Amino acid sequence: MNNTDYKNLVHSTTPKSPNLKNCIKAFVFGGSICCFGQVLKTLYGLTELNEDEIKLAVSTTLIVITAILTGAGVFDNIAKHAGAGTAVPITGFANSVVSPAVEFKSEGFILGMGAKMFNLAGPVIVFGCSAASVYGLIYWITQII
Amino acid sequence: MPEIKGFNTVVLKNKPSIIGYAAAVGKKEAEGPLGEYFDKIYQDEFCGEKTFEKAETHLQKAAIETALKKAKLSKTDIQCAFAGDLLNQCIGSSFGMRDLQLPFAGLYGACSTMALSLALAGILVDSGAAKNTVAAASSHFCSAERQYRYPLEYGGQRSPAAQWTVTGAGCAVVSDQKAENAPQIEKVIIGAVRDLGITDINNMGAAMAPVNVKLRPYTKGMVFLHNQFQERRHIKQNECNIYTSA
Repeated sequence: MNNTDYKNLVHSTTPKSPNLKNCIKAFVFGGSICCFGQVLKTLYGLTELNEDEIKLAVSTTLIVITAILTGAGVFDNIAKHAGAGTAVPITGFANSVVSPAVEFKSEGFILGMGAKMFNLAGPVIVFGCSAASVYGLIYWITQII
Repeated sequence: MPEIKGFNTVVLKNKPSIIGYAAAVGKKEAEGPLGEYFDKIYQDEFCGEKTFEKAETHLQKAAIETALKKAKLSKTDIQCAFAGDLLNQCIGSSFGMRDLQLPFAGLYGACSTMALSLALAGILVDSGAAKNTVAAASSHFCSAERQYRYPLEYGGQRSPAAQWTVTGAGCAVVSDQKAENAPQIEKVIIGAVRDLGITDINNMGAAMAPVNVKLRPYTKGMVFLHNQFQERRHIKQNECNIYTSA
């Protein structure tokens, strides 16, 4: 049996991910989180905060809620069903920082929690900042021209 | 004395016996179809310890102590213990052995550790270098997740082919004593790694299933075995009781 035959055998016997079901669930959960964000934005609009501060407050609120749910061990049970629905909004990012922090607490406060906290979020931060810099550079050049 | 036959089949002439064995497992394993066969079941994933790694050590110690008790042996009767786990520097086993004070040879064979430890323990006993040996392996779902995958609280979806690491430890006492109805190790074959190009980290079963075993002279020519079903069938036909992939 060569690699191609084996790959075909594995492909034919491995259970497939239920893509359609996952997409529908992700749409419902992700959409609900966005609607909740919109509700928060409307509520914060009633206060004296300006537009920028309102956006910041909405993101922060979602991050805090995620952090609490992650710490309480509830978030992963929701995310198991929601998939991309919780991973794509800012909730996914917050969870990817809080979950290693909880996990590696047993290895110490600084070298455990502190060092491992950005294990998962690290690449997002690195490439997010890099992309933003490149975008900024292009924007700056187009302004000069 | 063990003797080599064919390419690398080790025939153990004295047929070392497994005179005691035990398994200590977690809650999920106890709920499975083999639940009634386990000696110790821990409902708490920490097994009363502070970390998952310590819990794994606890499981392995419990399995070894129970197996020794069932074999009616004490720790001083054991000349060598072969044990391994999935953690860095095999800490699950080495910290357990520190407490048990058994002469210890650490093994790392990932999923083949139990077969590997039984094979080596059998060869050592058959050669006369030891009278009683211990073969053990352990793993813990939570410590393996941390070592190889994501934090427990990370919100992600598991692929349907994703593997679930066992929370549990198993131990067999391999001895030159003969006991009634005790399983015996007659032959050992160690296979070669066979890589058939599976790169999906969520399908480790498919990556690990192939193994190269040369069964000469038991069958004509060389036999390459490709999946676990074939392996079992061939090995039964040829009366090879233990094999392990690297």
